[in-house]
Amino acid sequence: MTNSQLTTGQKVARLALVGAVPLALAILFLWAGGWLTPQRLSADKLVTTLQQSGGEHPGYRRNHAKGVCVIGEFRANGNASAYSRAPLFAQGATTPVTGRFAIAGGNPAAPDYAVPVRSMALQFQQADGQQWRTGMNAIPFFPVATVQGFYDQLVASRPDPATGKPDPAKMKAFVLQHPEIKPFLAWIKGYVPSSSWSSDSFNSLNAFRFIDKSNAAHLVRWSMVSQTPRQPETAEEKTDKDFLQKDLEQRLANGPLKWDLVVTLAGAGDAGNDASKVWPADRQTINAGTLTVTRALPQQQGPCNDINYDPLILPDGIAASDDPLLNARSAAYAKSYNLRTREQSEQAGHPL
Amino acid sequence: MKQVAYFHPALRLVHWLMALAIVTMLFIGVAMVSTVSSLHGMLVAIHKPLGLMILVLVVVRLWLRFYTAIPPLPGSIPAWQRTLAHLSHWALYAMMLAQPLIGWAMLSAAGYPVTLGGGLVLPPIVPVNNDWYAILRPLHSLVALLLFLTVMAHLAAALLHALVLRDGVFNSMAGTRKR
Repeated sequence: MTNSQLTTGQKVARLALVGAVPLALAILFLWAGGWLTPQRLSADKLVTTLQQSGGEHPGYRRNHAKGVCVIGEFRANGNASAYSRAPLFAQGATTPVTGRFAIAGGNPAAPDYAVPVRSMALQFQQADGQQWRTGMNAIPFFPVATVQGFYDQLVASRPDPATGKPDPAKMKAFVLQHPEIKPFLAWIKGYVPSSSWSSDSFNSLNAFRFIDKSNAAHLVRWSMVSQTPRQPETAEEKTDKDFLQKDLEQRLANGPLKWDLVVTLAGAGDAGNDASKVWPADRQTINAGTLTVTRALPQQQGPCNDINYDPLILPDGIAASDDPLLNARSAAYAKSYNLRTREQSEQAGHPL
Repeated sequence: MKQVAYFHPALRLVHWLMALAIVTMLFIGVAMVSTVSSLHGMLVAIHKPLGLMILVLVVVRLWLRFYTAIPPLPGSIPAWQRTLAHLSHWALYAMMLAQPLIGWAMLSAAGYPVTLGGGLVLPPIVPVNNDWYAILRPLHSLVALLLFLTVMAHLAAALLHALVLRDGVFNSMAGTRKR
């Protein structure tokens, strides 16, 4: 053995290195996981703030908590297949869909008439195992463009513990800080909700990319445009907490409900990273096929309940855009899903 | 079995590949569940195929571990350290094998498609079941943290052998000559 002896100084220096390398990696690991930067916006923070607005309702989604499951299918007419190679757009393709209608907000007991913003979430199950999940809202554009803007809006509209209502001063400060919300506030002020989920049209708001067979990307947004005539919410409906669910069941008892999937292609200069702005009305649209909803089921123990409608679960042929909200939605939905699945398991008496 | 001073070159290659892959994977894992930045989607997209790669490599690795000659630990190492070394190595193998399977099962239980990119999807390995997901999802985090701690302990021990003890243990995996 030709092992030359180390001096004490060398030994100490080398021992220090033995400890320092794993320690440095551990610190880097903590930093990567966000534990060292509590001020940084994270999925945890978004979900915690949502809970502060909607209250704690274990087992429910942290946002759009009140809803109903629906079953149906999507039949493609082939028009979108030149832009996206996803099999579900091929002419004549019929894809089973598990969906959900909901109202915005974290309170699963909120009266339907109290919330003007409604949503439709869909999971398309392709035969090849791939899925397309999308969560759409019956609003023309998103209130803000950035994740920070969304978070600031949540914080500003949190109910004041003293009054139980949002503090108008905080909301005012928020509008000054994020003037991009003004068009949304103006829109919602003049908006009269419809009397039925079935007559609402729902928009992706975020932009995505369709990928065609030659690998070319097309910036798009999509909408589920209702084939049911629209009627404004009636005075009678404003006395029934669950009128949307009752209406849906009643209508489905008389036959299926239909929506057209309308894809809007971005024009030159249209931004994919700003969901707070609509693209000009003259943009080319494609009717890609028809969604037919045949059945509604209560969400608790229903087929949609265990689905996280993560907007980044996309089949080959549809991809995310550079819209920053998509990543935040995906991360926050996962957090909400992890919390509620665990709570549901505990409620069912099967805790870990 | 003949006495060897080094691990088989194939095993050494797989070891170092996996070391890089696992450390990368652990960092990707904690970052992707925390961040709301545009990194999120990219990290999730890497996490799944990289996890599958680790699963394949660990199977190859275990095969190599059982079918190639293993260099013995030097006699200078006390018995309690030998026991600890063996325990930690088997703990590492167990976690390296279990963690990708837990991840795969967890996604299956939630009904998530296990996408590898380019339209490739792995089949589910457990049925869609909320109770299973509620167990497997926190377990995936727990095993990740335990694996990270064990890997750091392994790294510290390797550095101790390489820099201070210089007893050939590090060389047997590095493939370098003992100085």
